[in-house]
Amino acid sequence: MAKTLMKGNEALAESALRAGCRFFSGYPITPQTEILEYMSWRMREVGGEFVQTESEVAGINMLFGASAAGARALTSSSGPGFSLKQEGISYLCGTELPAVIVDVMRIGSALGNVFQGQGDYWQLTRGGGHGDYRTIVLAPASVQENADMAYEAFDLAEKYTHPVLIASDAAIGQMVEAVELKDFHDHDINKYDWVIKGRKEGEDKRIAENVYYAMGADEYKDFLLEKYKRIEDNEQKWESVNTEDAEVVLVSYGISSRVCKEAVKIARKKGIKLGLIRLKTLWPFPKKAFDALTSDIAGFLCVEMSILGQMVDDVKLATDNKFPVKCYSEFSNVPDPAIIIERAEKMLLENGGRK
Amino acid sequence: MKYSIPKTITNIESGWCPGCGHGIVTRLLAETTEELGISDKVIIVRDVACGSMQSGVVTYNNIGAAHGRTIAVAAGAKRIRKEDIVIANPGDGSAYSIGIESTMHAALRNENILALVVNNSVFGMTGGQMSPTTLPGQKTTSSPYGRDTSYNGNLLDIMKVLNTFDIAYLARGSVDSPSAVMKAKKYIKKALMMQQDNKGFCLVEILSPCPTNWGLSPEDSLKFIKEKQQEYFPLGEYVDKGGYDK
Repeated sequence: MAKTLMKGNEALAESALRAGCRFFSGYPITPQTEILEYMSWRMREVGGEFVQTESEVAGINMLFGASAAGARALTSSSGPGFSLKQEGISYLCGTELPAVIVDVMRIGSALGNVFQGQGDYWQLTRGGGHGDYRTIVLAPASVQENADMAYEAFDLAEKYTHPVLIASDAAIGQMVEAVELKDFHDHDINKYDWVIKGRKEGEDKRIAENVYYAMGADEYKDFLLEKYKRIEDNEQKWESVNTEDAEVVLVSYGISSRVCKEAVKIARKKGIKLGLIRLKTLWPFPKKAFDALTSDIAGFLCVEMSILGQMVDDVKLATDNKFPVKCYSEFSNVPDPAIIIERAEKMLLENGGRK
Repeated sequence: MKYSIPKTITNIESGWCPGCGHGIVTRLLAETTEELGISDKVIIVRDVACGSMQSGVVTYNNIGAAHGRTIAVAAGAKRIRKEDIVIANPGDGSAYSIGIESTMHAALRNENILALVVNNSVFGMTGGQMSPTTLPGQKTTSSPYGRDTSYNGNLLDIMKVLNTFDIAYLARGSVDSPSAVMKAKKYIKKALMMQQDNKGFCLVEILSPCPTNWGLSPEDSLKFIKEKQQEYFPLGEYVDKGGYDK
């Protein structure tokens, strides 16, 4: 298919439909609203179910019912609204149901503001709701990746019967870029043996509830640990840019990573050996990207849009305190390549380059 | 009188207290779906707590929703399974307190489901706290001096709210006597027929005894329903767009 120009949010919505998504329930909030608006007319065209719900809580719970009934189901929100989805995300995890939930990140706690931000990293990667769980978190950095990740998210969700979150942001959601969309895929709502439908005589009874009840505490613990290990082993995704000979490696994702790529180009022209690890999954965190690096790196510079620095925690864990790890964080401004290079040069000065 | 156990009732013992009304309501559901020949289409969406124990005593496939979300979850499931019969089973705390916004909006959207609400005027499993349907003067563990409406707020009669909505069916039954049980059964059956015919949102509330949390014997609990609960929550059909009486 030829490339078309699309807004990030709309490309994500269209791509989800092409992946076979036939249920959307959501609530308006900037900068996510175009997903809801696009679904409001397009879902009807493809013969699916669109509901503008009374709240995000209702949205995630309607999605829970649609998912249990076998549909590929999507909901989306931003910041304050994404917080309201956490109850349902915890239930999806406990019940082992697949679904795709998009957080088009904005800045700040409380109401914050509608500008691009990356301050939901902790909420996205640490569970966000109550209890012991993780979700798979994909991090698109372009309109094309918004489309591609929305498409693959449903397969991933069903592979692990687990919710998959897409950590988009206001910039990625609002920008217009050329995008190539994948073909329409039909999803059979009776495909899996766990879907809830009327029970015919002689069939086994199916119950969609916290799987812990049927397993018991000990078995559930082993089951979860094994499941999360399997996801960590198989689903780490990242892009390495000029890391082979890099003296300072930037770590970033989403909108910030685009600036980092620019910074690497500029730095290389100036003779500074800068590299980049761009996270494509926030969880599982791509530890393997760090394992592959040689030991004579001056340090890692995290570039992210959160006041406190959130992703930097995971970089410290992944590098096991063997390297200096610094964080350049911005709040409402997109990181500046000149500042990135300045910070990298400072790290080189303090810690020395490759031996 | 010919009497047999519906096929959709299992022989697994429930955890309900002696004198509880949940068992009767479940039994009525099993009888009506069997009589209508739709047992193999039923999907139950149950709440947490006392209502969740229905899962074990019926053979229906079912979904365990978060507290207060049965109606939203049922609406989501029904939109995907339009040929199936989807029944949400909240209690009064679920449907009228934490879940009231979804009760209202599912009704506004005329979602084609049945909300079968067991109203025992308390939060049962948590030990009998005040709910939106606790009667004035009724003592609960969170209204120990009796519900004082100037202090605890007023109670909610959902019939007075939803009877202005463009929905298919709205009725309140009770299980305080054999004749009331037969009437409640009729209400449930009508609502299920309406869902079969895609008429839209149906809510049937059943006044149901909770001897444990009311501090009454099972027999006195039935008297309480008749003499006290029904004073605030009158029985009957409030919306009926079916035309199934003939």
